[in-house]
Amino acid sequence: MIELQHVTKLYPASSRPALDDVSTEIDKGEFVFLIGSSGSGKSTFLRLLLKEDDPTKGNVIVNGKTLNTMSKWQVPKLRRTIGCVFQDFRLLRNRTVAQNVAFALEVINKPQRTIKRVVPEVLEMVGLEGKAQRLPSELSGGEQQRVAIARAFVNRPLVLLADEPTGNLDPETSEGIMLLLERINRTGTTVVMATHDYHIVDSMRRRVIELNGGALTRDQSRGVYGVGR
Amino acid sequence: MRVNFVLSEVATGLRRNLTMTVAMILTTAISLGLMGTGLLIAGMISDMKEIYYDKVQVSIFLADDVTDEQRSAIEQQLAGSPEVANHIYESKDEAYARFQQQFSQQPELVQNTPADALPESFRVELVNPERYEVIAAEFPNGQNGVDQVRDEGDFLDRLFSLLNGARNATIAVAVVQALAALLLISNTIQLAAFNRRNETNIMRLVGASRWYTQLPFILEAALAGLIGALLAIGGLVVTKVLFVDKTLAGPIRAGIIPPVDWGAIAFISPVIAAAGVGLAGVAAYVTLRLYVRI
Repeated sequence: MIELQHVTKLYPASSRPALDDVSTEIDKGEFVFLIGSSGSGKSTFLRLLLKEDDPTKGNVIVNGKTLNTMSKWQVPKLRRTIGCVFQDFRLLRNRTVAQNVAFALEVINKPQRTIKRVVPEVLEMVGLEGKAQRLPSELSGGEQQRVAIARAFVNRPLVLLADEPTGNLDPETSEGIMLLLERINRTGTTVVMATHDYHIVDSMRRRVIELNGGALTRDQSRGVYGVGR
Repeated sequence: MRVNFVLSEVATGLRRNLTMTVAMILTTAISLGLMGTGLLIAGMISDMKEIYYDKVQVSIFLADDVTDEQRSAIEQQLAGSPEVANHIYESKDEAYARFQQQFSQQPELVQNTPADALPESFRVELVNPERYEVIAAEFPNGQNGVDQVRDEGDFLDRLFSLLNGARNATIAVAVVQALAALLLISNTIQLAAFNRRNETNIMRLVGASRWYTQLPFILEAALAGLIGALLAIGGLVVTKVLFVDKTLAGPIRAGIIPPVDWGAIAFISPVIAAAGVGLAGVAAYVTLRLYVRI
């Protein structure tokens, strides 16, 4: 599903690599925590999977496609198979909940018929069925993140990438978000979540990949956040 | 492609940057208007060249006391000369009639000019217009009934170099204006892309095609270019009706200046529109490629 082969990423402005010879493999349907302190390379890891950046060395393979050799015009097609969730939600403030979710389908040319059908479905799934006509500013942080997850999942991606999705949320709200991500994972979607939240990592006991200064220092199934935090 | 979506994005974009949009449209309009003027002048110059150069290149004015023998001698010499392609004799009466027609807008001038004030002449068309000197040497001034030999081509050259200069200056200003318009378009598009960075970032992440993401911006610029072009064409029409047709009516009727006809404006209008839309669209596209990550 996802494979990194000796991936090194150097940013021009920095002498230290953001990722240093990282190799790993993530299978279809896995739930993986990507942990490490700020600047350890978690975000770079996720960016490479989206082909927002290219590795300096090594290969990144997502859904059977080697991203290094992928031409620019194929990138949108790749991204349609990957959902993304961020710490800061990234919703459109002047659009309602339903419009925010529908936007993701409209801009990839889904027929209006399909949009009308699947948007209420996915809003129900994330527990926002009564709030379709609200604006993001009228929602709590947890609810906004649910909208973002609905938008990421509405096109049924093979992979869901989450970059600190609970970073702005209190523990109870975070728990609700994690239940939702677990539910999405149970539908067969691979979930890769970068996080600092050791409570979540420790309680879920899923696979943990730890990055330290760009190097992969731990890869453990059913892992915990670790002692070095 | 969802037409509604793209059009509503375009409308929102133009409204959001209203002042920049107006500036963009006005500079584009001025630039295209000047370009159109330059093209009209160029067309006028070539029309005028046909009117003048074909008719006459050298005028041989005859002295008032020319005798019939001298006149026919000159005519024979012209008819026998290998340098001369064609020649026409114009009598005093004919010269006066042409003068009356040319200056019909200035009746005082016509009234104050005696009918025999204008000299009779031979209008000579040369095989090679450059060979004026040869003809001038064959008919020395002040001898054998010749008063003066004048190279009309020389006068016309000066006239046309003046007109060419006017055309070049107009086009140069148009080019400078076009540069300003392009920079404004580029700026407006950068601003528009910045204003809509949330939308475009999300579009990028959910896999909207590059084309889908960029098209609203390109159409926005192209629409502004089109509006600018329409204003420019309107400006040319107004200039024709209010300036050319009114102020220059006399010389046009006299055949000194060719008229600016609707055909010429109809011919250059699509050129102006295409230039406006094309340049704006290309400027937007290049800007998006260079400055905006989509």
